[in-house]
Amino acid sequence: MVTIEVSPRGAKVNALGLDKKAYQGAPSTLCKGCGHDSISQRIMNVAWELGLDQTQVVKMSGIGCSSKSPAYFLGWSHAFNGLHGRMPALATGAVVANRNLTVIGVSGDGDTASIGTGQFKHAIRRNVPMVYIVENNGVYGLTKGQFSATADLGQKLKYAGVNNLPPLDICMEALAANATFVARSFAGDPKQVESLLKAAFSHRGIAVLDIISPCVTFNNHDDSTKSYSWGRAQETPLNELNFIPDYAEITIDSQYEGELQVEMHDGTKIVLKKLDPDYDPTDKLNAFRTLEEARQKQQFITGLIYVNEHERPDLHELLHFSDTPLVHLPEAVLRPSRETLQQVLASL
Amino acid sequence: MSIALQEAPAQQKVESPAIARTADRWVNNFAINIATVNGSGSQTSNGVLLRALFKMGIPVNGKNMFPSNIQGLPTWYIIRLSKDGYLGRKESYEVAVCMNGRTVAEDMANVAPGGIVIYDDSLPIPARRGDVTYYPVPVGQLVKEANLPYELRDYIANMVYVGALAYLLGIELKEIEDAISWNFSGRPKPTQLNMDMVRRAYAWAERNLVKSDPFRVERMSGFNEGKILVDGNTAAALGAIFGGVTVVSWYPITPASSVADALNKYLPQLRTEPETGKATFAIIQAEDELAALGMVVGAGWAGARAMTATSGPGLDLMAEFAGLAYFAEVPAVIWDIQRIGPSTGLPTRTSQGDIAAAYYLSHGDTRHVLLFPADPKECFEFGWLAFDLAERLQTLVIVLSDLDLGMNSWISDPFEYPDRPMDRGKVLTAEQVRELGGSWGRYKDVDGDGIAYRTLPGTPHPLAAYFTRGTGHDEYARYSERPEHWEANLNRLARKFETARRLVPGPIVERVEGARYGIITIGSNHPAVEEARDLLRAAGVETSYMRLRALPINEEVRRFIEEHDRIFVVENNRDGQLNLILLSEEPCCGEKLVSIARCNGWPLSAEWIADAIQKQM
Repeated sequence: MVTIEVSPRGAKVNALGLDKKAYQGAPSTLCKGCGHDSISQRIMNVAWELGLDQTQVVKMSGIGCSSKSPAYFLGWSHAFNGLHGRMPALATGAVVANRNLTVIGVSGDGDTASIGTGQFKHAIRRNVPMVYIVENNGVYGLTKGQFSATADLGQKLKYAGVNNLPPLDICMEALAANATFVARSFAGDPKQVESLLKAAFSHRGIAVLDIISPCVTFNNHDDSTKSYSWGRAQETPLNELNFIPDYAEITIDSQYEGELQVEMHDGTKIVLKKLDPDYDPTDKLNAFRTLEEARQKQQFITGLIYVNEHERPDLHELLHFSDTPLVHLPEAVLRPSRETLQQVLASL
Repeated sequence: MSIALQEAPAQQKVESPAIARTADRWVNNFAINIATVNGSGSQTSNGVLLRALFKMGIPVNGKNMFPSNIQGLPTWYIIRLSKDGYLGRKESYEVAVCMNGRTVAEDMANVAPGGIVIYDDSLPIPARRGDVTYYPVPVGQLVKEANLPYELRDYIANMVYVGALAYLLGIELKEIEDAISWNFSGRPKPTQLNMDMVRRAYAWAERNLVKSDPFRVERMSGFNEGKILVDGNTAAALGAIFGGVTVVSWYPITPASSVADALNKYLPQLRTEPETGKATFAIIQAEDELAALGMVVGAGWAGARAMTATSGPGLDLMAEFAGLAYFAEVPAVIWDIQRIGPSTGLPTRTSQGDIAAAYYLSHGDTRHVLLFPADPKECFEFGWLAFDLAERLQTLVIVLSDLDLGMNSWISDPFEYPDRPMDRGKVLTAEQVRELGGSWGRYKDVDGDGIAYRTLPGTPHPLAAYFTRGTGHDEYARYSERPEHWEANLNRLARKFETARRLVPGPIVERVEGARYGIITIGSNHPAVEEARDLLRAAGVETSYMRLRALPINEEVRRFIEEHDRIFVVENNRDGQLNLILLSEEPCCGEKLVSIARCNGWPLSAEWIADAIQKQM
């Protein structure tokens, strides 16, 4: 890529020679204290730390507060703020057209769990190579406080009254659609969000991150399960992640008790420190059971809920297309010859 | 179907003087209506007949009238032979092939006076008409004698009527054999099994039927030489392939699925990397039409030539993405193979009822470029041209075909190889972005044609990125709610549409010296309109003709309207949608425009068009 002088001498730079500022976006217009801004900060930190080439990243989003947020990070990346609930289709088209792109999809609970549930599940079904972040606050912010489909049963909101429908669990839906990387986190837990993001970028196929991201304006009261106070008090991490880039020397020769190593598709490794000794994130049935038990007990479990690098191919492999991105194929490849046309005509 | 049955004398003799005197008139000049049960495999037999007649040099057109059903309901195939080269629909048929007990009464009743009926002798036959010749054929017995494998029996049984027709009409067996072989891609076994059945039926007919009617075929020349026989959807798919399509996303819907089928057939053949065996394309069957167009827009935004194919209900679902493509200025191509709406309508019947919906698809101020192919050759041409236009104009292009053109086989001129390199439009490279420094604005109209320069995701320069959104934005793609930004942008889009007027294929015009009347039509109405003009000419009415190939229209349309006293706008829908668009685009010519529109599931016929025009003169 073309290098641009952005970092003052002496500033801390990443592998591309860029300092953190190069990974910023426009100033946020979200409410002060919004969980989404915290997630944007995590994305910037991780992208910088991993030395992601922003020009090869695309930020895809739907509609809603969450979907506005790609404007506020990675300013050197193309972005497409599309239609409500239809980010997965746009992302699928883009990453099929250009397989070299790293796709960050940002969605919300309204976008993913209501209007876009179908596209969400079908993107998972296709295993579209992307990081799919749901900034989940249980409420429609931009339209001023209606319940979303992830709001808890019996939850009260000033505008919307009492919610009498059970929530849709994004991680459960992802698992049911055969997602190969499913994680839940909390915007108020920066360390965990960052470690999950790093692992997600190394995952082959779709990585779903359901991040509880409090809405400070409409849904941050203490009895809301989408509030900062609830999250801080109730968060129960299943595991702690250490992300080891592929260029780092692996020093762990043998697994310690309570640790689990997962080798990612691109050669990186994540080392999971099990906080819950019985939790194995490669066991899908156990993942279902754990999510359901947490729901019944109103527990806020976080961490890597399920991961499997070998379960099934991603969309790129399924399509069995050229190593050269389709958008880079020249006319000589794209347009068959005159002789070919004559042969086709002769066969009709 | 209405014909003059009731007016015919009840007991007219078969060899009526009228028919006998003009026997030559019935050589290569009649229509065959084949009534079968859908799902029985009659499509193969019908296709074989059409191809054999085509290869004998006879101008033919086949129209499939089929139910929205998998198996068991009535289906008809109407083959029109026209020594004069008329390929449009004809209102009546002279030869009935009755293989379906459920419709046999109606099928026999509707044969034109003096016509013939070839029927399965096991069917319950209603009272015979005196003005029709009947040829019973023992289908069951012939199939039994052929001793066919049980599972193939019903399918191959349809070859009985092929053999009977071959004898009665004089279709060359060699051409039938070639057509069967073609149908089975040269595989000898099915070819032999089917041909054997044809020969048995032919031999039986030769021994048992006494030909006593004037309908027959003869090898001829002057029309089919150098031509091909192909359906519009296959042509569309091939055109897209020669236009460099890389991403296809679609959702199954009649009558558009065969576009995707043809892409699935030909793309692997024509666009696989020889060294690696890997595809230079991607086809995705989406979960619905919203996702189908969504993937196309995502791919188009990333720089791919992407398309989808759908029909009316799917187009409705695509409305929101159509608006996004228009406003965010993303190239995309939709093939809308129109069928009857509203709602599920008649899924297997043709119509041109999406013109208005497609032109203005989506909320807000939108207008889209529409292309109207008239024949397979033009389907091929618009297959690649649509991408050039979409990328040049950075917008959605909708190609409006219809079931009649898309799913039926037509005699067509061979496809012409694209006459120009691909136009990839205004796309900046990293180097160009660098040279422009900060001055590049994604939505800045630097050339005055309303088309701004875009960059593709993945362009390796920090300044190449921009934020694409359906919300308000300024020239630099920054979010904006300022009235002046909104208005300026929307007006630029209108300017871009003016540029589109100059870029889209112009109308095909035939001016007739002294003609007071003009006809404007689109797409697959062309052959019927051409024939209607001949009928009108025979009645002493000369007409000029303009076939629109695209919207928006250009100034040629106004000139054409101004040159004539009255303009008949012919289309296959109830409300005269094209006429309404012309009225709004050329309001000063309003009083001259007369809508000639109807929608009943059939392609328009020349008789109806000529009659409707005469009533409005």
